[in-house]
Amino acid sequence: MNWRKWSLLLTIVFAMSMFLAACGGGDDADTDTDGEANDTEEASGDEELADEQELSVNIKTEPPSLHPGTSTDTTSSAVLDQVFEGLTRVNQDNEVEEGMAESWDISDDELTYTFHLREDATWSNGDPVTASDFEYAWKWVLDPENADTDYAYQLYPIKGAEDAKEDDGSLDDVGITAEDDHTLVVELEQPTEYFLELTAFYTYYPLNEDVVSENKDWATDAGDDYVTNGPFQLVSWDHKDNIVIEKNEDYWDADTVKLETITMHMIDDENTALQMYENDDIDWIGDPTDSVPLAAIPTMKDADELEISDRAGVYYYSFNTEEEPFDNENIRKAFAYSLDRTSIVENITQGEQKPATALVPPSIFEENEEGYFEDNDVDTAKEYLEKGLDELGIDELPTIKLSYNTDEGHAAIAQAAQDIWKKELEVEVELNNEEWNVFLDSLGEGDYQVGRMGWIADFNDAINFLEIFETVGGNNYTNWEDEEFQKLIKESRSELDTDKRREILRDAEEIFMDHMPIAPVYFYTNLYAFKDNVKNITVSPIGNIQYKWGYITEE
Amino acid sequence: MSHSQIKETDFEPIHYEQSDAERIAGESTSFWKDAWRRFKQNKLAIIGIIVILLLTIMSLTGTMISGQNYSDNDLLNANQSPSLEHWFGTDHLGRDLFARTWYGARISLFIGLMAAFLDLIIGVIWGTIAGYLGGRVDEYMMRIADILSGVPYLLVVILLMVIMPAGLWTLIIAMTITGWIGMARIVRGEVLKLKAEEFVMASRSLGASTTRIISKHLIPNALGAILVTLTLTIPTAIFTEAFLSFLGLGVPAPKASWGTMTSDALSSLRYYPYQLFFPAFFICLTMLAFNVVGDGMRDALDPKDRR
Amino acid sequence: MFKYILKRVGFIFISLFFIVTITFFLMQAAPGGPFTSERKVPPKIEEQLNEAYGLDEPLIIQYKDYLVNIVKWDFGPSFKQKGQSVNDIINRSFKYSLILGFEAIFLALSVGVFLGVLAALYHNKFGDYAAMIFAVLGISVPSFILAAVLQYTFAFKLGLFPIAKFDSFMHSILPAVALATTPLAFIARLMRASMLEVLNSDYIKTAKAKGLSSRVTIYRHGIRNAILPVVSYLGPLVTAILTGSFIIEKIFAIPGLGNEFVESITNRDYTVIMGTTVFFSILLLFSILIVDIIYGLIDPRIKITGSKGDQ
Repeated sequence: MNWRKWSLLLTIVFAMSMFLAACGGGDDADTDTDGEANDTEEASGDEELADEQELSVNIKTEPPSLHPGTSTDTTSSAVLDQVFEGLTRVNQDNEVEEGMAESWDISDDELTYTFHLREDATWSNGDPVTASDFEYAWKWVLDPENADTDYAYQLYPIKGAEDAKEDDGSLDDVGITAEDDHTLVVELEQPTEYFLELTAFYTYYPLNEDVVSENKDWATDAGDDYVTNGPFQLVSWDHKDNIVIEKNEDYWDADTVKLETITMHMIDDENTALQMYENDDIDWIGDPTDSVPLAAIPTMKDADELEISDRAGVYYYSFNTEEEPFDNENIRKAFAYSLDRTSIVENITQGEQKPATALVPPSIFEENEEGYFEDNDVDTAKEYLEKGLDELGIDELPTIKLSYNTDEGHAAIAQAAQDIWKKELEVEVELNNEEWNVFLDSLGEGDYQVGRMGWIADFNDAINFLEIFETVGGNNYTNWEDEEFQKLIKESRSELDTDKRREILRDAEEIFMDHMPIAPVYFYTNLYAFKDNVKNITVSPIGNIQYKWGYITEE
Repeated sequence: MSHSQIKETDFEPIHYEQSDAERIAGESTSFWKDAWRRFKQNKLAIIGIIVILLLTIMSLTGTMISGQNYSDNDLLNANQSPSLEHWFGTDHLGRDLFARTWYGARISLFIGLMAAFLDLIIGVIWGTIAGYLGGRVDEYMMRIADILSGVPYLLVVILLMVIMPAGLWTLIIAMTITGWIGMARIVRGEVLKLKAEEFVMASRSLGASTTRIISKHLIPNALGAILVTLTLTIPTAIFTEAFLSFLGLGVPAPKASWGTMTSDALSSLRYYPYQLFFPAFFICLTMLAFNVVGDGMRDALDPKDRR
Repeated sequence: MFKYILKRVGFIFISLFFIVTITFFLMQAAPGGPFTSERKVPPKIEEQLNEAYGLDEPLIIQYKDYLVNIVKWDFGPSFKQKGQSVNDIINRSFKYSLILGFEAIFLALSVGVFLGVLAALYHNKFGDYAAMIFAVLGISVPSFILAAVLQYTFAFKLGLFPIAKFDSFMHSILPAVALATTPLAFIARLMRASMLEVLNSDYIKTAKAKGLSSRVTIYRHGIRNAILPVVSYLGPLVTAILTGSFIIEKIFAIPGLGNEFVESITNRDYTVIMGTTVFFSILLLFSILIVDIIYGLIDPRIKITGSKGDQ
């Protein structure tokens, strides 16, 4: 064990000295300091690259799994997205670009995708990346024998995938075929507009069949068997402490990659992380893997240290539509209309989140900047309340229970909601907080009245928000479903025309907002800060972070 | 001593009878009266008592003084420094910290006293019986205590919080379930030590009953140790609550205790230190008061410790 | 003596059996499933998960399997940290907690006893007040506040220590101090109270009257007798250090066992909860045994006997 660490250290030192030597030679060419520093442009000589391309970040906790097939969370993906690469990659501008596949053809019915893999793509152990590595990886996830593959459903757009995983279908019938080493043909269940975005997602990463099939524990530690194909490779993994990745020189696009080493610390306490950030121990703080402490936000904002970008996600209160009084549409509307979102966003969350009066974030539907109703519309809320009470045949509302999972921020928002509902609707609100897993179970069992929820998109498409509420169960805790709504969702799936599809989804959202099974509160933002010399790293709307294009300048 | 005239009669022996002996020895004082007399001489302890009384009174009435409600949000006035309107400032939801501090005092003191009281009852009974009877009974009783204390109490607390509705009594019960063990151990240790002392042996050889020995000799003699432990149990309970608050398991919002207030304020320590200062200051003051009072009681009650 | 220890060890195993049983069934009764996650898992996949982890078996079978595995010192796989076993987790994290714990216990005992003796010897004088003010402050400040304040002032503002993590001795100082302070103050108070009692006892007065120098009296008779309550506090001390580490390890980002335990509870990672609970219990039970043995060795008046039958 120890010799391995030493040899790794030696390798790093060696690589570093190589790099330093290389930099020393290249300096003259790079010393061109005119022009403005532009974050989104590549380091083409506008700025002087620092000698040490080392980045230090906080991923907060131990990644639950560094196996692309079994991981399901942002922390793991913050590591996986650097060390693996799928057929495609979503770039800094949120556009799909070539990854392992250098091109692809899509059939006219949008049901068959043919990917052409690049010839020069290799695994970190030197093996070429082949189409069968993809087939192996995806079918591994779909194999019912392999547990812990919670995200198998990410592959369900592929023909026969759901059948194979859940209904004893054969893996051979799944629409994944490696025609030759460099051609992968994928058949879909139905047209999926965002499929090329999906292929950039970690469940769609390839696995090196030779290595992985030999050692089932290949992904539990850094080492020879942790074979990857991305811009970086895993050097060490001290569990619960830190992960170190370094540039993969054999990566097909290695010229683009400037960062040499990235140390990912696991610091759970936000304040500790903030102090380390200010002490220059770490270069990045906040989203997507950590958060900036609430109390620090105003000060950091004043100092112009904070970066804020849109995040495709919505924070909402879910109503249990089977529980009185929330079985009444007007009562639900009264609660939703009366919330003072602007005040919550400005005074509690403070991250320039957008007050939400719709389901789909404005980064997908711009119209939702305005939403479907006015924020803090107390008068209308009272009218709805009146109507609702009449329909229920009661004089005043019973005490209601507002549940949320234990967290300072959720507690603060819940208290603000409690306060305004008490003031405007004259209803006693009892707060109930539970640990995350317990909370989710309570919601799942319908043991709640109003419950805090949030949804952050897996991919940047309205369907990802709307289909949650297609049927009861899954992530729809409201017990609400609606035939007309379901019909529209179904219709959107077979609609190939982008504009028409959008129209259909808008209609569906309107129906949804008319029934108001949830009260949207705000649309999320990404909130983070980084050191001045860290360049060209951004957080995407779906909360991905990529270091491929990042670099560090001379201070 | 005055140097006035000394008369001859002064040297006459006064009439003396055997029965007068006790009367002449001075007024017989009870143990507790004696203790109280000695306690009164300890100024610090008296101050401690006064502080505890004041804190208790404030915890009952303090929320009414400032005319502010402890749970009313006022988001536009969040994180305000202390001012004429908000004497201790406001928190991140704009709630008045003066009212919250005294409301928190009520909850914290209640938790502390209740937990200490339950610990005391169970611990003293358990420890005395185990220590006094010794042998097999002691063995079994202490093994039961060992089993209980072998389970990290946080686990017990969390499970109870999850199984029972989150609230004050869940906290108190969860704390007591393992909290009494320390008291029982100390009492048992003390009883074991005392049991070997001569006066207990003497009493036993004179034929005193077990109950009498326990109530007349062991408990009063062990009282010093019990009180020292007790004055530490109250802060410990207040602490445990604070500890749990830090892990997000304190009293549920919008209820507040000094524990939840300090742990809330901790994250803004650098920006709004006053939010931490007031609850932390009163926690310290309470601890201090209980400690000096405990010391005073120990000095006053310990019959061996007469100076 | 040997027989006594053997007997106690036997009791420890019985205790452990109860602890394992109670923990196991409490875990079953606790709401919140291990595979609950924000993105709801399709029911079929959840079934496959339950099957893979043996959770579809009848409870009694699961219980039996768990007992058998514990005897083999196998705590099973973690539900949340995929591919890792509970044994892996304990093995890698315990060393941090152990080092931190020993440092804290050493600090608490040495400084605590020293302060207590000092206070007793200078009863009602400056030394007493100074030591007791320190002790009272130590008891008055909750450890998480102390930890945060220490971290903020000494590490962040003054830059004397690293802010967090556990890579060197320097890293361990602040967490050890934060962890030790409350028990330290506790020990100082206990020591003072008991030392005062001993100093006022007849045998010390006799020793003094017999003309023994006060230093000999204090060391040979005083401390040895006065330390008994402190020794009986060692068991709770270990507990205090262990539970204290839950918070301290979180604040200082130390990858120790306390941190794992707290996280496993929030994650409902049942096998890790049970594993760490059993492990902590073993640790506590054996340290209590050691404390009792030491207690018996120090106090000549308490004879170590298992029961009357042994005499």
